[in-house]
Amino acid sequence: MSHAPLDDAAIAAIRADFPILETKVNGRPLVYLDSGATSQKPLAVLDAERDFYLNRNSAVHRGAHTLAAYATEEFEDARETVARFVGASTDEIVWTSNATEGINLVAYGLSNASTAGAESEHLALSPGDEIVVTELEHHANLIPWQQLAERTGATLRFIPVDDDGALQMDAFDELLTERTRIVAVAHVSNVLGVINPIETIVAKAHAVGALVVLDACQSAPHLPLDLHALDVDFAVFSGHKMLAPTGIGVLYGKRELLAALPPFLTGGSMITTVTMERASFLPPPQRFEAGTQRVSQAIALAAAVDYLSAIGMDEVAAHGARMSTQLLEGLRSIDGVRVLGDFGERVGLASFDVEGVHAHDVGQFLDDRGIAIRVGHHCAQPLHRRLGLTATARASGSIYTTSEEIDFFLNTLGDVRAFFGVTP
Amino acid sequence: MSDDLTNLYQQLILDHAKNPRGRVTLEHPTASSHQVNPTCGDEVTLSLDVQDGAIVAVGWEGHGCSISQSSASLLSELVEGLSSTDASSLLEEFRTAMRSRGAIELDEDRFGDAIALNGVSRYVARVKCAMLPWVALEHALAQ
Repeated sequence: MSHAPLDDAAIAAIRADFPILETKVNGRPLVYLDSGATSQKPLAVLDAERDFYLNRNSAVHRGAHTLAAYATEEFEDARETVARFVGASTDEIVWTSNATEGINLVAYGLSNASTAGAESEHLALSPGDEIVVTELEHHANLIPWQQLAERTGATLRFIPVDDDGALQMDAFDELLTERTRIVAVAHVSNVLGVINPIETIVAKAHAVGALVVLDACQSAPHLPLDLHALDVDFAVFSGHKMLAPTGIGVLYGKRELLAALPPFLTGGSMITTVTMERASFLPPPQRFEAGTQRVSQAIALAAAVDYLSAIGMDEVAAHGARMSTQLLEGLRSIDGVRVLGDFGERVGLASFDVEGVHAHDVGQFLDDRGIAIRVGHHCAQPLHRRLGLTATARASGSIYTTSEEIDFFLNTLGDVRAFFGVTP
Repeated sequence: MSDDLTNLYQQLILDHAKNPRGRVTLEHPTASSHQVNPTCGDEVTLSLDVQDGAIVAVGWEGHGCSISQSSASLLSELVEGLSSTDASSLLEEFRTAMRSRGAIELDEDRFGDAIALNGVSRYVARVKCAMLPWVALEHALAQ
């Protein structure tokens, strides 16, 4: 990455936009290192949502009154903003509640494909077909595929990881056959912070005619994303991890795939003609947006995207790489601390195990000093089991994270084992 | 560090977590319960040998944070030898204290060393850790 990471002045200016960072926790300044779970939100995002409710609130895609027209325009502009941000076309962006809903939308759409008519038939799965996931997936990119396999009789297989947590790409080659229909993979592991070799995975999957579903939850906030260039078939991400509110997420799908995919949720706003017997559906993306939409949240997500774009995603990525280096170097130097996935190109996120101290106790100790981290299995039980662990601690930064905060976290972590009476 | 934190992690808790008591497999349990905390993966399997309404032996195994593991250890010392009825009322008292956000303390005469867990009730997120073996006890007693 040739771009320079954010300097102190830039981070200080960013922090001024996040008043929550001034919070005191247990009498200490908050050090928020749980952005991988959910990021904090800048004033520009909060203001965008409030401004919508104060001045233009009304239902979209219905009603002829002036406010409804403004709301619809702003809602659709938000779609265009987000599409541009991830290198997609506007009609390839479907609003969802979060990434989990996006993956379920694809999985249920695929299982509905067997009964939805000729246009969808080629998407249907049947016994003998195979779905490939990886051993490091978040449960959100595993369980919907387990369930799809159960509903269709398809077989679920997975790319294993090695002892470090790296995807075993040789095994992937052996897994791929002409029966492979779906390959579902995380762009960046939410546990390891490692960027997976998506270009290679896409090329291999496409060579056997399989569709690639990308979980971009941990990449969209931290890396420049060009979905057309990556050539993935579907991608999902959640707004709340990238400075936006909860309740809004995105499903990207290639135009021709969305056009063939039957709906998951049905109801109002996704139809053309309805009789008492049947209904015909709107084209994508509206086909997948049944019911009242998350209007203020979508507008706020566009504000978040604008905020990130103004900083520059190359700069954001360089900042993440710098945080990652500082985190890893620091963690490695602490006795009894084992870093998970200590390899490869990464974002500013690291999970670790403290020998002799349970992750919950590590988190409690850090919280006492005002430091917020994530503890547990991070919704990735199979990966933890593979690495011989039940629960780990995870520190994850964002654009507002300073190197002083990471130093303070590392220094505090250095005291944990002594406090719990575990001698190095 | 804060007084709250040292109150939460009293020496007795850390000692029970590192050197757990009652961590044995019963040869002839009459009841047992396996409890998991799905958010953190902590697990406790508690077994009882109940004869004529009296708990003659307690054994447990499990893994997890120092609060859940010390709680299991302290529980096993506390309820062995009690009647099922007395164990049930202890359980209710323990639950009430844990859920009180620090307002109600465990009675030292009844809970002995287990009063070291008093600090937990101020930490809402950790109450379920301390409760894990007690929930296992509740299920085992109901069998």
